[in-house]
Amino acid sequence: MNLADDDYTLFALPRRHALDLDMLDARRRTLLTQAHPDRHVAQGTAAQRVAMQWSVRINAAWRRLRDPLQRAAYLCELGGVPVRLEDNTAMPAAFLQQQMQWREALAEAGDAAAVEALAAEVAAAERAALQRLQRQLDDEQDLPAAAATLRALMFVTRFRDEVGRRRDALGQ
Amino acid sequence: MNAMALLQISEPDQTPDPHQRRIAVGIDLGTTHSLVAAVRNGVAECLPDEAGRVLLPSAVRYLGEGRREVGHAALAAQADDPHDTLVSVKRCMGRRLADIADAERLPYRLVDRPGMLAFMTREGVKTPVEVSAEILAALRQRAEDTLGGELFGAVITVPAYFDDAQRQATKDAARLAGINVLRLINEPTAAALAYGIDRGSEGLYAVYDLGGGTFDISLLRMAGGVFEVVATGGDAALGGDDFDTALADWALAQAGRTARGPHERRALLVAARAAKHALSDAPSTRLECTLADGPLAVEVSRAQFEALTRPLLERTLGAVRQVLADARVPRDQVQGVVLVGGSTRMPQVRVAVGELFGRAPLTDVDPDEVVAVGAALQAHQLAGNAGDGEILLLDVIPLSLGIETMGGLVERIIERNSTIPTAKAQDFTTYQDGQTAIAIHVVQGERDLVDDCRSLARFELRGIPPLAAGAARIRVSFEVDADGLLQVSARELTSGTEARVTVKPSYGLEDGEIARMLQEGFARAGDDMAARALREARVDAGRMVLATRSALAADADLLDAGERAAIEALLARVQDSASGDDADAIVAAVEALAAGTEAFAARRMNRGIRAALAGRRIEDI
Repeated sequence: MNLADDDYTLFALPRRHALDLDMLDARRRTLLTQAHPDRHVAQGTAAQRVAMQWSVRINAAWRRLRDPLQRAAYLCELGGVPVRLEDNTAMPAAFLQQQMQWREALAEAGDAAAVEALAAEVAAAERAALQRLQRQLDDEQDLPAAAATLRALMFVTRFRDEVGRRRDALGQ
Repeated sequence: MNAMALLQISEPDQTPDPHQRRIAVGIDLGTTHSLVAAVRNGVAECLPDEAGRVLLPSAVRYLGEGRREVGHAALAAQADDPHDTLVSVKRCMGRRLADIADAERLPYRLVDRPGMLAFMTREGVKTPVEVSAEILAALRQRAEDTLGGELFGAVITVPAYFDDAQRQATKDAARLAGINVLRLINEPTAAALAYGIDRGSEGLYAVYDLGGGTFDISLLRMAGGVFEVVATGGDAALGGDDFDTALADWALAQAGRTARGPHERRALLVAARAAKHALSDAPSTRLECTLADGPLAVEVSRAQFEALTRPLLERTLGAVRQVLADARVPRDQVQGVVLVGGSTRMPQVRVAVGELFGRAPLTDVDPDEVVAVGAALQAHQLAGNAGDGEILLLDVIPLSLGIETMGGLVERIIERNSTIPTAKAQDFTTYQDGQTAIAIHVVQGERDLVDDCRSLARFELRGIPPLAAGAARIRVSFEVDADGLLQVSARELTSGTEARVTVKPSYGLEDGEIARMLQEGFARAGDDMAARALREARVDAGRMVLATRSALAADADLLDAGERAAIEALLARVQDSASGDDADAIVAAVEALAAGTEAFAARRMNRGIRAALAGRRIEDI
């Protein structure tokens, strides 16, 4: 057990995308109860520095594992397949077509009901993509395919947020 | 002063050795009054002054020739000596003159300085940090007199929305007052601790804290011995004072009158506050005061008061809903609501909060004392005085941290409500070909434009190799410690040349200035800075030796003979130097011991973590 271990080893959890979030939270509490600087106040500066490093590491790992997309990206990277969200934006034509349809639908949606219908469609697409992602990672171990699904999913979540903002604006 | 002669008896369930019982207190450094509390005989309670009063008015009067009055005496002189009697300086901590909305209404001679404003007094220029240090020193004195010994350290509370500059200013004030800060914690968190939310009461809690000038709402979860702030929010410019103002303005309009000048305005607000207090118990009252053009008397019913302040109450409820939404928590999951702050005595606040959460709020701890009491409980734990079954407190940063990018936009690096301590790095690149330096501007806030956020620090990273625009990789790393204080560093990654800068944001008080203030303080107290430095170095050396010895006693098997000998040599050097009179030598020896034991500390941590996880996995089954 040391600072350079991967997140799953650190939390003593199986390296899978399917994850028991309650267990993840409980493990974080166990780890922080041991490592937090508050537990080492009277033990001098060396212990404080080590406690700070560990707590930062535990919190960062927890944030990463708790988010299904970040967790997927991390699994791809652990498996040697970088997701490269910032410079790899190649998408299948069908996906791009759907994105354009959605954006047109959002632009044309005049009332709350239309936005609501679009939100439901996007949410369903997001759920389906997440399930596909989990299958590709955990069952098929096809990391390049998972990375492609993840890149597409990032677009979907961004669009979902846009629809949400539009819905909030209409609600007020 | 015979307390020192009494023998100390420890609580039955605690063994004070080898770490002797340490005197640790909680301090609520408030806008209008401050308190100090400690755990005595297993009970956390506020410490009274010799007249039996627990509240110390947060007022400091500069009398000249190095003399000052703090507390009640200062407050009594406020009307006669307004320029040199400073109150409510908490509102100015870490603030510039431009940040203070009603600066012209304050009776002080304000000095505009680049980082933080200051006051011109007959003792010269005083910063809010120095004024706060006077209040803290008075509380420290009270604690040491009452508890009969030197203070080991204190937990000091700050409003949850306090930004980095305000937290740093608070910590510096403690340093000036000679107080070892065990931790800064958020006021709502302290309040929740005081309610005895312990291992037996797992679940989700809300703390609704409406003070004189500010509103905080926090959501906390207790689970598995960890008390965690889930989300926090509020309004830094909304408080009980706004209810007074609304009532005062309404009364004037009813009577068709006007109040002229700050003096009349003050008299009217005092009358409005009195009427507000009366309405907490009576269905109606009369707001009365004397203005220049004659007496003013207006009947006001509770229903009228509630109607005209409803928009203010609604703003607090809006912030509550926002925090629930941030945390993605349905309101019926909240199993306890704690009320803090004198303004929560208003019946309509209790009713509205009760309706929002669908349960009656908890009000049984005195809302004035609840924060200091919670801080004392945490101080007791941090000093190592509490036994097993301690609760770990996890706090969050209240506002996002980021840096300025092209076009005056903010790139957020650490999101608000992130658990601390935390760290995050992000890569940036250059804008022009051949660019060899970049300016990094650190800001805090939720808005997208730099101008709408709080500026924390500016620094430059130089020595970047000249590359094409966009080719350099500059990694900016943010680190926030357990007190919520930030440190930023920047490094260029592509070149072998390691250009690197680390800054602590500051609100304009340089280390040199702090040293000057310390020097002045000691000179006034008839203390000798060198003697004090030596004393502190020796205390620190003693603590380090004790800590290292107990670590060796527990885990010596993690070291081979050579490593053990090296640590023993470092220990001997600390003990050697501590018997001499050279403070610098002691500090150097203690630092060498800290550096030389880091690998040992890391191995001990690994062992502790492995053991904890092993235990947990058995429990899981």
